[in-house]
Amino acid sequence: MKRDLDRPGGSATLGGDAASSAVSWPRRPIARQPGQPPHDSALGHVQGSARYIDDLPLREGELRIALVGAPCARGRVTRLDLDAVRAAPGVVGVYTAADLPGANLWGPIFHDEPVLAEEVVAYLGQPLAVVAADDERDARAAAALARVEVEEEEPVLTIEQAVAAGEFIGPQRQIARGDLEAGWERARQRIEGRFESKGQEQFYLESQAALVVPEEGGSLLVYSSTQNPTEIQKVVADALGWRQSQVVCEVLRMGGAFGGKETQAALPAVFAALVAFHTHRPVRVVYGKDEDMLLTGKRHEFHTDYRIGFDERGRIVAAELDVRSNGGAYADLSTAVLERCMLHLDNAYHLPAVRIGARVCRTNLPPNTAFRGFGGPQGMAVIESCMEEIAARLRLDPLDVRRVNLYPADEASDAALTPYGQRVRGNLLPEIFDRLEQSSDYRLRRREISQHNARTDAWGEPPCVLRGLSLVPVKFGISFTNKTLNQANALVNVYTDGSVQVSTGATEMGQGVNTKLAMIVAQEFGIDHRRVVVRPTSTEKNNNTSPTAASASTDLNGAAAVKACAAIRERLAELASGLLAGSTDGLAPAPEQVGFEGGAVFDRRAPERRIDFAELCRRAHVERIDLGARSFYATPGIDFDRETGRGCPFAYYTTGACVAEVRVDRLLGTLELERLDVLMDIGKPIHLAIEMGQIVGGLVQGIGWVTGEELVYDGRGELLTTSPTTYKIPAASDLPRDLRVEILDNDLNRHNVRSTKAVGEPPLMLAIAVWTAVRDALGAAVALGARPGDLRIPATHEEIARTLSGCSVEEWIAAS
Amino acid sequence: MGVPIKVQVNGKTYERTVEPRTLLVHFLREELGLTGTNVGCETSLCGACTVMVDGKTVKSCTQLALQADGSSVTTIEGIADGDRLSAVQEGFWEKHGLQCGYCTPGMIMAATHLLSENPKPSEAEIRAGLKGNLCRCTGYHNIVEAVKYAAAKMA
Repeated sequence: MKRDLDRPGGSATLGGDAASSAVSWPRRPIARQPGQPPHDSALGHVQGSARYIDDLPLREGELRIALVGAPCARGRVTRLDLDAVRAAPGVVGVYTAADLPGANLWGPIFHDEPVLAEEVVAYLGQPLAVVAADDERDARAAAALARVEVEEEEPVLTIEQAVAAGEFIGPQRQIARGDLEAGWERARQRIEGRFESKGQEQFYLESQAALVVPEEGGSLLVYSSTQNPTEIQKVVADALGWRQSQVVCEVLRMGGAFGGKETQAALPAVFAALVAFHTHRPVRVVYGKDEDMLLTGKRHEFHTDYRIGFDERGRIVAAELDVRSNGGAYADLSTAVLERCMLHLDNAYHLPAVRIGARVCRTNLPPNTAFRGFGGPQGMAVIESCMEEIAARLRLDPLDVRRVNLYPADEASDAALTPYGQRVRGNLLPEIFDRLEQSSDYRLRRREISQHNARTDAWGEPPCVLRGLSLVPVKFGISFTNKTLNQANALVNVYTDGSVQVSTGATEMGQGVNTKLAMIVAQEFGIDHRRVVVRPTSTEKNNNTSPTAASASTDLNGAAAVKACAAIRERLAELASGLLAGSTDGLAPAPEQVGFEGGAVFDRRAPERRIDFAELCRRAHVERIDLGARSFYATPGIDFDRETGRGCPFAYYTTGACVAEVRVDRLLGTLELERLDVLMDIGKPIHLAIEMGQIVGGLVQGIGWVTGEELVYDGRGELLTTSPTTYKIPAASDLPRDLRVEILDNDLNRHNVRSTKAVGEPPLMLAIAVWTAVRDALGAAVALGARPGDLRIPATHEEIARTLSGCSVEEWIAAS
Repeated sequence: MGVPIKVQVNGKTYERTVEPRTLLVHFLREELGLTGTNVGCETSLCGACTVMVDGKTVKSCTQLALQADGSSVTTIEGIADGDRLSAVQEGFWEKHGLQCGYCTPGMIMAATHLLSENPKPSEAEIRAGLKGNLCRCTGYHNIVEAVKYAAAKMA
């Protein structure tokens, strides 16, 4: 169904149902429905036969490795005595930086991170040496015998400490637009303060892993659990002083990644490659869970100082935002994460006069890295917190404050311009607001909740439960902000029986990209999706690939695959037109009239005569017609100048909104999720169940970030929450009591393959609504001493209890 | 020093000598080649390694192989009836109750146990029954749907 934007009000019907009334919300099924193919690994997963790195059969002579790590977070290494390690039972070799034949510096943006630390250690556990043994237990036992002496220095762990010490990564960045001075003059009121959000562990269930197999003639085959096989290929080649052509990286699947395997799968793979280089034996590495949590980077902690001026309706007229992130010890992707944060501080709101300054702080923690949302959540949370504060100040419903600030549907309006100068086009958020407000019974529930909370007038008196409600939009820019990465290539091979293999740079981490690619290719040839197999990603078939990241893997690789199919189809159509014309009433061969549908080809002018697709492929081979194609796609029309902070970094935006209702126990600080209503514009879905799976999965992961997941470090820079005993990701029992997910029908996103929209990351940020709902609930306890403006992310039970108590962080720590 | 054990796994009897420190999950994966049972957190919390020992779910990462001596163990590889998926397996497949799949075998074992004790669980009982098995991808919604599907099918 096409959207009729010319219709008054620009309304469209919700999928499969007539216009919704407030009570009968047309719930779209989230689970798979008949006709939608299963996930391409579904059978393997339910049978336990789908393989991860650790499941690959043991290779002859295979070695396992263990690491010798830094005993403190910062210092100079004065002694690294590995004699006892070398002499330990089962040890085959011990390797340090001196054994690296190539470069000991790597990094996705800046080459600043040592593969193995030498004189200086910069985070606790930083690898200094790799121990190889026939058996993992022997390797670990031997590694523990290392004698490492370090002249310790006081570590820099927090953003404040880094700022005080002048420790930064990369330059200060700025985005500014509009006349701030005039904005401040127009401002009736202002708010200012600091907003803090903590980091988050990716918590993929399959830890970092790689298997490196030496091959003939000085080459290595690397099986890695990585989102970025090309990066692994490059880093391994650089570290060994080899050419990239000597290394192949193959990815079958990952047991989850969420950004955590975009760059940080590289080190374990390089460690294994180093040992394979020296021993000429296969080497496998699989991190233990605690080791993985201790050594790898997380979502960045952010602090943002804000000053916001607004008018009597809550419309923002001036905004100054000063952003600091905790980058950890090395650059990794921190500057790119910072950039995406800056580009999402506006979230869905027009900021007519704005100045954003931002910088990455260098600390002595493992380098923080990508995690679904990539700085976007941290940016959006700031402005959403400000919306709550403005509404509280003006005694308005936060929904109304959000509404007056929302980017308009009219893309020609001045108010459709982002701080960086990109125009927000095809914006359905005003409609999403209208629909959600209605379908969630927002106003009615707001009244009920206000009445309920008004009874909460004294401590200990029933009801002890505070209720909160919030509607939060999400507008997430799709494309890598690094223009170069917005490219992909795809290899499509058609066989003489009409079956098809597809290979692209898109790696499968569970998100279902393989299933979607198979459907796209099957549709291009008009054949059943079961005839199409998506093969593991390998740098041998697809060179110079971009990471499977930025939600863009179907966009980029799908578009490349479509182009490859089109090239093959053109050749097949040429052949078919001749075959069909010969038997059709005097029609001249016309390749452009050849259709591909239902497993056959036909001339549209005489569609009754068909040639079976497999038969056509067989004939094509006989006639020496090429049945394979490799195609290339680069996203057009995007450009961003990070020096000036201006440009069009995004091909389009994926948008949506969530209404969250929560219940907070005001004595215990505990939190329950009562109901969530989600409405998203994800364009025209390819596979609704897979995309719904991304929405719900991302949402729940986001709920973890804003509620229960808390990283705790001690004063030495050691992560104390290194297992699920202490680090709590959402469990099945933490689901909202009532979850309603719906999408808008929108076929008009012509910027993208099949009019789809990327869906991987955006839903995570819907969860900010849960956090603002908590804040909303706490607003009812202000008279009792609560300070809702103090609430940080994550709103753990303890953080909620602290905010209810009115204690500052320092007072709370002192009191407990 | 090896210790002899005799254990039935998926209906087949194995007599092996194991080191006393060998964990059940390593015995299953490395000794018997049953790699469908995954190692997740190694602290018995994530549930990726869930198997059934004498009809009860066990986190095989924190049980010794020795402790399974004389027992009957069922892993994900033994839950189907030949080529026919069990109702629970079918549910996860049908309802897209999986993404990366790493939690899936353990989740299926936990769900199978849940349904053996409570054939008609409410939604709340399913959520509570699965809280010892973590999934980072799906947000659990479709996993709950999968269990409901299986319950209906088995009824």
